[in-house]
Amino acid sequence: MSTIDAVHAIAARRWRVALTLSALMLVIYLGFILLVAFGKPLLSLLLSQGLSLGILLGALTIVSCWILSIIYVVWANRSYDEAVAQALAGAPSGRKS
Amino acid sequence: MSASSNPLAILFFFVFIGLTLAVTYWAARRTKTTEHFYAAGHGVTGFQNGLALAGDYMSAASFLGIAGLVALNGFDGLIYSTGWLVGWPIILFLIAEPLRNLGKYTFSDVVAYRLQQRPVRIAAVIGTMAVVLTYLIAQMVGAGTLIKLLFDLNYTLAVVIVGVVMMTYVLFGGMLATTWVQIIKACLLLGGAVVLALLVLAQFGFSPTALFAKAAELNGKQVLEPGTKVVTGAWDAVSLGLALMFGTAGLPHILMRFYTVPDAKQARISVVWATIWIGAFYLITFVLGFGAMVLVGMKPIVDAGGGGNMAAPLLANAVGGAAFFGFICAVAFATILAVVAGLTLSGAAALSHDIWVNVVKSGQAPEREQLLVARIAAVILGICAILLGIIFQGQNIAYMVGLTFSIAASANFPALVLAIFWRRFTTWGAVTAIVVGALSTLVLLYCGPTIQVDILKNDIAEVAKQWWYFPLKNPCLVTMTLSFAVGIVVSLLKPEPAAEAGFAEVERRAILGALADLGPADVKAAPAE
Repeated sequence: MSTIDAVHAIAARRWRVALTLSALMLVIYLGFILLVAFGKPLLSLLLSQGLSLGILLGALTIVSCWILSIIYVVWANRSYDEAVAQALAGAPSGRKS
Repeated sequence: MSASSNPLAILFFFVFIGLTLAVTYWAARRTKTTEHFYAAGHGVTGFQNGLALAGDYMSAASFLGIAGLVALNGFDGLIYSTGWLVGWPIILFLIAEPLRNLGKYTFSDVVAYRLQQRPVRIAAVIGTMAVVLTYLIAQMVGAGTLIKLLFDLNYTLAVVIVGVVMMTYVLFGGMLATTWVQIIKACLLLGGAVVLALLVLAQFGFSPTALFAKAAELNGKQVLEPGTKVVTGAWDAVSLGLALMFGTAGLPHILMRFYTVPDAKQARISVVWATIWIGAFYLITFVLGFGAMVLVGMKPIVDAGGGGNMAAPLLANAVGGAAFFGFICAVAFATILAVVAGLTLSGAAALSHDIWVNVVKSGQAPEREQLLVARIAAVILGICAILLGIIFQGQNIAYMVGLTFSIAASANFPALVLAIFWRRFTTWGAVTAIVVGALSTLVLLYCGPTIQVDILKNDIAEVAKQWWYFPLKNPCLVTMTLSFAVGIVVSLLKPEPAAEAGFAEVERRAILGALADLGPADVKAAPAE
């Protein structure tokens, strides 16, 4: 496989992972916002003394940012960096190409 | 109450100024090239840059503002806290690494990479300056009001002090000094907030829910429920949400920070750290807001003025005494300085690197000249910041932060994403996407309830009948979509073969980075991660 193809394949894979995770983030956040706008009775539900479902979901939205970020970094550090290193090792010199 | 009668507050304030000026002196001796001035010589580590990003991003509005919003309304403050965080994963997934690999000093480098330099750079600078100036107005007016409140200082004097100190950092110390001011500020702010939260929670057996329960007992159950303060309608909520989410990824002063690290991997690591710090900070601020509601009480917070901004300082006074109050006031001041320094530097980079070097001088300018122009631009922007702060004194600028994020999301973000990921993007696609995004945001904001009802005090029933009336408070939902649509349609209507041919290089460079220019032997010799 030529370097151009290898790079193209890596780019396509990175694009897929990035889009999937971005879409998840968008769904989680817009879901929370739409619940705030439309699901007031639901979010007002008290789970325990002092803790409403709304507060819990808001905190979980913040936690989900962390989790998605960490998923991406683990993927990038393990699989993506490896693929990039391989493409570089097989790459003809950019000065020649 | 104010800190003017509090010698400790004044002492903390001078210690901070002294420390940061010492850092600036140290940085100034190392700032000899544009590489140092704009990008701290690419020598900042991912961890350090994560802290600096947090310091660049966490504004006084997000500390004092959200604490106040929560203290007076309870749950609703959480909508802003989450909104200001969810943009960071987007930066991580889509922007940070390609940006670091493709650009040099500004985000225009990336948009213009394979397109015609002049038109794209000019358009990107319009997008940059619109964001920088509106955010500077918000920060400077906030600074003047806050310092007046905290230290009982004259408003104009406060604005001038902030402007001059910030200009000193940027002018002499460039990105290196700005980075360390932001790191120091982030540590002070996070440290102060943690200590304050622990002091509050200690009174509730270290249980946040016990604190929330007490707040509900004192002020009614509605403080734990969604109210009507922040979200007025479903479309408004979605539009504001999009602006906060994608606007973060279009803020030039945040994007510029990714050039301070050595490579894409460090850029990736720095976003993760920033996300952790900022998220933790917003969770803590939520606790602080409820703490102020219970331990200070809503009435004293309202009576202190500033629309709730005094909640966190008053809480510090209630649980930690005068010394802690002084410390929190000084931290709030440091917060403003770090943010305006970052903004000014990114504006100076746009004017000097994009306009002077790449548009006026066609990419060829001696190093000394570039540095001189950048410094002149920093002084001009500093003076602009001071003047804008004075002109907008006493104006209702609450909409300015929303406007900033909306322009960033509608003008800068679409062009950046399309330039990185879309093969058929063209010069005129980029130019129209940016210009249409920025202009439509301004026009629709003017035709909407924010300006017409909140600022011009028109009767909503009257203006709603006008043909030009736009019903959303934040236009981002429409303007961001419009910017993407215009960028795509214009590119498809008039293809640009040279730009399309350049995409393979963009892809290669975005993935492989600077190592793409080296042969395999050089790669092996390059330092390993």
